[in-house]
Formats: sequence, C-alpha cells, structure tokens
Amino acid sequence: MALRRNENSLFYGVDRITVITYTLLVLMGWLNIYAAVYNEEHKNILDISQKYGKQLIWIAGAAILAFSILVIDAGFYTVFAYWFYAIILLLCLLVPFLGREVKGSRSWFRFGDFGIQPAEFMKFATSLALAKFLSNENLIVLSRYRLRFKDLFKNYKNTFIAVTFLIVPMLIIKVLQDETGLAIVFVAFIIVLYREGLSINILIFGLITVILFVLSLVVAETNTLLIWMGVITACGFLFIRRTKKNILFAVLIYLGAAGVVLGTNYVYEHLEPHQRVRIDVLLGRNEVDLKKEGYNVNQAKIAIGSGGFWGKGYLEGTQTKYDFVPEQDTDFIFCTVGEEWGFVGSSIVVILELFLILRVVFLSERQRSPFSRIYGYGVASILFFHLCINIGMTIGLMPVIGIPLPFFSYGGSSLWSFTILLFIFIKLDANRLLILR
Amino acid sequence: MNNNAQLADRKFIIGGFFVLIAIVYIIRLFYLQVIDKSYEASARNNALQTLTEYPPRGFIYDRNGKLLVINEASYDLMVTPKLVKGCDTMALCEILEITKEEFLKRIKKACQAPNSPRKQSIFEKQMSSATNAKLQEKLYRFRGFYVQSRTVRKYPRPIAAHLLGYIGEVSKEKAEKDSYYKEGDYIGISGMERSYEEALRGKKGTRIVVKDVHNKEVGRYMNGKYDTAAVAGKPLYCTIDASLQEYGERLMKGKKGALVAIEPSTGEILCLISAPGYDPNLLVGGKERNKNFAKLVYDSTLPLFNRAIQAEYPPGSTFKLIDALIAQNDGLINRSTMYPCARGYPPMGGKPKCHPHGPVDLVNSVAQSCNSYYSYVFREIVDQKKYPKFIDGYNHWRDMVMSFGPGTKLGTDLPYDRPGKVPSVKYYDKVFGKNGWRSNTIVSLGIGQAELLLMPLQMANVVATIANRGYYYIPHTVKGIGNEKEIDKKFKEKVYVGVQNQEAYTNVIDGMQRCFDAGTAYYSRIPGVVACGKTGTAENPHGKSHAVFMAFAPREKPQIVIACLIENAGFGGTWSAPIVSLMIEKYVTGKVTRPELEKKMEAVDLIQGKNLITTEFH
Repeated sequence: MALRRNENSLFYGVDRITVITYTLLVLMGWLNIYAAVYNEEHKNILDISQKYGKQLIWIAGAAILAFSILVIDAGFYTVFAYWFYAIILLLCLLVPFLGREVKGSRSWFRFGDFGIQPAEFMKFATSLALAKFLSNENLIVLSRYRLRFKDLFKNYKNTFIAVTFLIVPMLIIKVLQDETGLAIVFVAFIIVLYREGLSINILIFGLITVILFVLSLVVAETNTLLIWMGVITACGFLFIRRTKKNILFAVLIYLGAAGVVLGTNYVYEHLEPHQRVRIDVLLGRNEVDLKKEGYNVNQAKIAIGSGGFWGKGYLEGTQTKYDFVPEQDTDFIFCTVGEEWGFVGSSIVVILELFLILRVVFLSERQRSPFSRIYGYGVASILFFHLCINIGMTIGLMPVIGIPLPFFSYGGSSLWSFTILLFIFIKLDANRLLILR
Repeated sequence: MNNNAQLADRKFIIGGFFVLIAIVYIIRLFYLQVIDKSYEASARNNALQTLTEYPPRGFIYDRNGKLLVINEASYDLMVTPKLVKGCDTMALCEILEITKEEFLKRIKKACQAPNSPRKQSIFEKQMSSATNAKLQEKLYRFRGFYVQSRTVRKYPRPIAAHLLGYIGEVSKEKAEKDSYYKEGDYIGISGMERSYEEALRGKKGTRIVVKDVHNKEVGRYMNGKYDTAAVAGKPLYCTIDASLQEYGERLMKGKKGALVAIEPSTGEILCLISAPGYDPNLLVGGKERNKNFAKLVYDSTLPLFNRAIQAEYPPGSTFKLIDALIAQNDGLINRSTMYPCARGYPPMGGKPKCHPHGPVDLVNSVAQSCNSYYSYVFREIVDQKKYPKFIDGYNHWRDMVMSFGPGTKLGTDLPYDRPGKVPSVKYYDKVFGKNGWRSNTIVSLGIGQAELLLMPLQMANVVATIANRGYYYIPHTVKGIGNEKEIDKKFKEKVYVGVQNQEAYTNVIDGMQRCFDAGTAYYSRIPGVVACGKTGTAENPHGKSHAVFMAFAPREKPQIVIACLIENAGFGGTWSAPIVSLMIEKYVTGKVTRPELEKKMEAVDLIQGKNLITTEFH
C-alpha cells in the first residue's frame, strides 16, 4: 500500500541527492550575488531594483518551473523533443529581428526590467532532440570499419545528422546573435557523441588539432615548429613498417599537421581583435596590458588569489564588492567566492558542482531508456563545459568566454535554462522504473 | 545497442576526465590562493589607499608666552596621472581658475621626473578653503585627484624671520635618505624650524581607506584597525623676548647688520636680528611663495642671509677686551700699566693709527679704545718670556682667544652657524713664509683687525663671558619643548674660558663702564642703568668701517648683553651704541626715556644713503 501511495506521489523516484545539491548551489549562488552587488545603501534582500532582489524572483520562478516539470508526464519530453527543438530554434532565429539590442547583441526578449535569452533554452532543447535522435539511431562506432571514402557518408550518416543538430543552433546563435559564449557551449555535446559511440580517433584528432593550434601560437617561429614536426615524423618511420602506403600515410599526416599550423596563423590573424586578445592573454603572448585587454583576467586572479586559505569573510571582499572585477555577479561570480570564502570555499564550490555532474552521469548510466541516458549525458556535458570554461577563465586557465557558472551566476535565463535542463532529467530518472521500453 | 556494453566503459573515461579537470582546477586554486602571495598585495593596491594625515606643526611661543608662530589650514590638490581617467577637465579648470593648456602642462609636469605618473604629486598648492569646498563637491568627477589637507605657518607678529626660519618642500635627496619624508612633504629648512624639526613636525598618521574601482572612497579599511593617528607637533617655548625683538628690528630698519642679545646668566638668546629682515609671512607658501622667495634671493641686501650667525666680521676694537683680559691673566699688565700713543703705534711708524687722546692706563685704554695700547698688549702676550719662541706665544694667545668662542662653532641650536676665524700659525706661514713674520707683522690682530673674523653671535657671547666674569652658557634659543621644560643638557653647563682672574675682569668692566661714563659711548648713556660697553670701528675691505658696539647691563647681576654691528656705517659709537643703549634701556627698565634718539635711530636709512644724523661722535 505504502508503495502505491509513493508511486502516485509527485516526488516519487525523484533523486533527492541531486535536488539537494541543486538547491545548495542556487542558495550559495544567491548569497554570493548578494555579496558581489552588496552596498551599504541597499541592504534589503527583497529590493528588486538590486540584482539580488531580482535573482530571488528568478529563483522563485525556477522553483515553479522545477515543480511544473515534475508534474508533467515524462513522456511529454520524449514525445515533443523535436518540437521543443524546433520552436526554440525558431525563437532564436526571430530574436535578432524582434528582440531589443542589449550591449550590442540581439539575443534578448525584454519584458520591462526582465529579459529572456532564448538561446539559453536551446541547450535543453538540443539535448532533448539529440537524445531522441540517438535513441532511435545508432552511431557507427569504433573504428572497426576500414576507412573507405565511398562509404564515408553511408557509414557516418547518423554522425553527420547528430552533428547537424548541434551545428545549426551554434551557427544561428553565433552568426545571427553574435553570442560566442552561448554558441560554443554546443561543443560540449561531443562528450555525448563519444559516449554513444563516436570514434575516439576523432577526439584524438580534435585534441591534436587543439595542441597544434596552441603550439603554433606559443612557439613564435612557425618554421621551427614545422622542422620539429618533420623530425618527429621522421622518427616515426623507425616504428612503422616502411611500406609505400604507410610512408604515404605518414607524409599525409605531416602535411595535415603543417596545414593546421599554417592555418592557425591564418585563423588567428582573422579573428576578431578582442578574441585574439583573449587568446593572447591566456597564452601569455606578447606584452599584455593589464589595464586594458588583460584587465579582466588579472583582476579576477587578484580577487581569487587575495582570498587566501580561509577567505576574507562574507561581505568582506574588497575586490568584488567595489567593482574591480568586471561582471562579478554574472560570469565572474566565482571571484566573489574565491575572495570571500578562500581556497576552502572555492574548492567546495568546484567539488559540489563536480559532484552534481558526476551524480547526473551516475544516474544516466542506471537508465534503462537510451533516451534518458543520452539526455542525462547531455545535461552532464553542458554543466561540465560551463564549469570548466567559467572557472577556468577566472583562474587564467581558459580564454575569457562569457558563459555563466551553472546555478551560481546572476541571470534568469541561465538559471531557468539550467533548472529546466536538470529537472527534465530528474523527472526522466524518477520515471525510469515505470518505463519498460 | 549491440555494443552498448562496450560503450558503457566510456563512462569511466568521461567521469575520469571530469574529475581530472576538477583536480587541476583545485590545484590551480591552491596555487593562486595559498602559495602565491602576490595577489594579496595586488588586491591591497587595488582597493586600499593609504592616505597620509599630516599633524599640525607645533606652535612657537616667545619667553613670555606670546605666540610667534601658529598654523593655518591649507589644502593641496594631489594628482596621480596614471589614475586620471575621464576627468571633467573643464569643471576642474573652472574651479582652479586655470586654462586647459595650464592643466595639460601640469599633468605633463606630474608625469616627468622627479615625479612619476604612478606617484602622487602636487597639482595645485595650498588652495583656499573656499576653493577646497567647491572642489570637494565635485571631486568624484575628477578621478586620480584628491585633496591633501596640511597646515601652513602663520606669524601673528612679522618678526624674527631669521631666527624662526621657514619650512618648505623636502629636497629629493633628503626624502630618499629619510624614510619619514616623501616628496612634497614639508620640512624645516632654516632657523628653529630646522633645528627643532623633529619636535615641531609631530608624527604623520596614516588612514587606510577602501576605494572602489571609480576611485571613490567607500569606507575605512577594517574600521580603521590599521590606521595610525597623527601626533601633533610639540609646541616650542623659545628664549626670544618678542617685544625686544620687535623693538630691535624697528631700530635696525634701514641698516645692514646684526644685533644679538643674550641673557648672560642662562645663555638664552633674547633677540637675534639680522638686518635687513623680511616678513616671515612672505614665505609660508601659496602661489606667492615662490615669487616672494625669488625676490628675496635676488635682493642685493641679502635679506635671507642670517648675518647674526653666518656673517663673518672683523670685531674691531671690541676685541681689545679679550687682549686686556689675557694680558692681565698672564701677569703682563695691571690696572696702572700705561703705553705710549702717538696717534698710532710708535714701533710700526704710527700704524695702526689712533685718534688723539691723552696717555691712558688700562681702564682708560678700554674707555678710549686706544689702538697703540693694544698693539703693545698684543706684543706683550705673543712675545712674553715664558715662550722663547714667539710662535708658541702666538699659539698661547690664539688658544686663549678661542676659549672665548671665536674661531670655534659655539654649538648653538641654530643651523648653519659658522666658526669665524682666528688665523693659525700655519696660515701665516703660508702667507708670509716660514719665519717670514713676527709679532709686529700681525700686530693689528690685537685691535681686532687683520684676518680675525667673528660672527655677531660670538661677539655677544664674548660680552656674556665678561659679564659673567669668566664663563658663558652656550647661546641657545629654546627654553622648553612641549610639556617638558627640559632642553639639551649642554645648554645648562657653564663653559669656562681661559681667563679666570677676577681682578682682570673687574678692571676691564671698569673700563667698559667708563666707556659710557666718559668714553666712546658717552652720548649713549642710559639714564638709571649702570651699563658697560665697548665700541668698535671695524675696518674692512668692503668700504666704510662697520660700526660695532657691545655692552651689558646692569653692571651687577647683568640681565642682558648685546652685540650690535652695522655694516659700513662708520664709527661704532655713532651708530651701534645708541641702538644698543635703547634696547638695554627698554629691556632693563621696561621703558624708553629718550624718544628723540629712538626716532632718530629708527629713521636713519643707511642702505639708501639717507643719513639723518649729522653730528659725528668720537
């Protein structure tokens, strides 16, 4: 009897650990937004002219959203996955024409003081769509098949379709809305593809490309790099059978790598100036003027570094409170954590976020339904990508890309989008025992 | 789905990757927050600004508690060029009443050495409080600027400029050597302001304020836990008698020279006048200061030069007192010793010359100031039998003279005092060649001429020694610092001179008294005061003789000694004696009964050449 009652309960099967972690992160986020915006004149936490006041409204909204998501039948998300994708994609297409311009980017629908960024919601929609697609179609996995050019499209058809699901929103958001940060997030889905069978060679290929990209920017002399690569390739001949085919293959690899190196300079030269600068800042290229292009990262590091082991104490941070760190309530919220809570506090935040992500991975793996599993990996990948880039940029390990710290940063769109993202998964997970497909 | 089992293993790679990145980040955080301490300093520099609180400088009082130096609030506008950003230049120029070109010029100046764009330097000095009020209102619009409040000196009585000295911006070298000062700080540059800098300046305080990114002050750091309060400078009680100083400056107006008065029983300097002087209020600062300073520097009468302690003059006949004392002490002459005078010193063909007078004994030789007499006396001392070699005799004379102070730094508390000169044997060997000189060669030393040079302060000290009959206290200007009435112990110790023969002093003092009663200072007799004095007419290569006079009064329990020298004025009895007598009268009796003389002396302008006194005294 008791079991039945539980089954009918709204919260039946809901993973409490995930919900509690989520709640903790949101509350901690709010406390830090309060600290970042805090000033003596506005102490009332309900003051909606202040960001912490507004964030309270966003949090209340998020709670309602979460509740609603749990109420709705899990099947709804599966059935309407493509619809979500299509509708939000349409909104993303329309927003540049209907929305109002904010800070040079046309990605917001505005309602008075509050604004919504449809691109944020593209994350969960893409996760749903990708889950739907991949749960029906298998990817050609493992490099079991010989690489034959004529079979390429046939074998990798599904992979291409899956990638298209990612590329389309990326392009729309990047090209039409000029929101690099929001667009680049979709790269995270590579992890999902990998889990679902994407050849590891592609990942290695991507990794090598990135390494070469960084190397050719760090090593000032392109020629030196090319020579060294030649030497390494030549050494490679010692370990392979010197058949014609292998030698041709090695030479092709070398030429490809050389192409990346040379291409890097070309790409770098054709980047937007501010993006070039961000890369310069990260890699320590050239003389970086800490008053100008290097300012953000330097100030962020100062704020975090000055926190010490135990931090300066809540509301005692001078760097974030007095606006030395730019965007200290949104993208650089982690600086407030670092300064006021020190190493202890910032480690706890990293660990808590990581815990939530690993929990989602764990839950995904126990799903019977591939849809739920793939969606779960989508959730974990997106959260991880945000965590990795956001914290990475504040501590100088990643270039500055304007994306929020999940559940922490100020902002309704991001909080709501992460909430929807996570709670759909929680709902799917709660439902796992009822799905016998 | 067929290969799901194989793919499921990828969860470990994915999970491991997540954990790996998180570990890398935590290590990085540990490095940034715990290991690398440099960020803490950067954060401090970012948000905290250490402001200097300047304490008010100590007041200076005269010996009777009258205020000589007080303070006035002043505001400096400081600028750190590097922080200037989006400044409302127009508004700032309007408030300061400067042009935009001037604004740019000043910013440029603040950027160039010795200033630096990263350091604060003064943009506008000593603004009025009205300007400051206007500025404070809009200061948030002038990023990179801030107002430093300080105090400047103010002198209720425009007297004693040389003695008090002035303050000014600390030199670069000093700022580098002494960590207390930083460029732009004020420091005592001369006079008592310099000597007692440490007591007067107090202790700077610091206030750490938190500033936001717009350079707006948003509060105190840790509620002022690390602030240090500024400690006000200690008041200085000086030995000057303000009214005597004022009176003396009035009398010395229009003359070049110096007048020093000392209380012989303590060594306290009662007044110290260098003429021409200047109003100390001219050098307190503000826009006018540099203009005034340049004017004073280029003035041909050298008003900034403190003649009382820095100008070396031949003492002339006043020096004869020392000869008389040494000779008696050595038993070479006594009260009744007489020497011939033939309008000059006979052995050298009448040189040095003398004025006509009857034969004189010791007492009258002082009163009449006989040159021949003291040429003989000088030779008696140098060539006395005790010393077979006259060089030893000369050294004996020199040592005795120097024990009275000439040729040595007295060690007063005034900066830049000089030793004067009593020529050494080595010096004469160089001038005349070894064995190329005899006592007669240098006989004019005996009458205070030749290479002998004294500061007016040293002259006053010689009189003080005679008034005390054998000792002096090192002349000084301070009675007490702050609440302690203690001063340097060396000013409390008697310094005994080489002559301790009391009879010798009595004879000389008798002569000095007769100088007033029937001698060269007859026309400067002081009604109701038994004063003792000695005139001098110091020949010098700069034109007319300097008029010298020194005196003390009353004869018993002397209250004041004065030495006065007026440059190129002629005979000491004519010019210096009346002034000294008026001052003695004022100090000892409290009033002046000879207003006519007072008026005369006041009106004389020797610098402009207006000579109102037609009578020549001899």
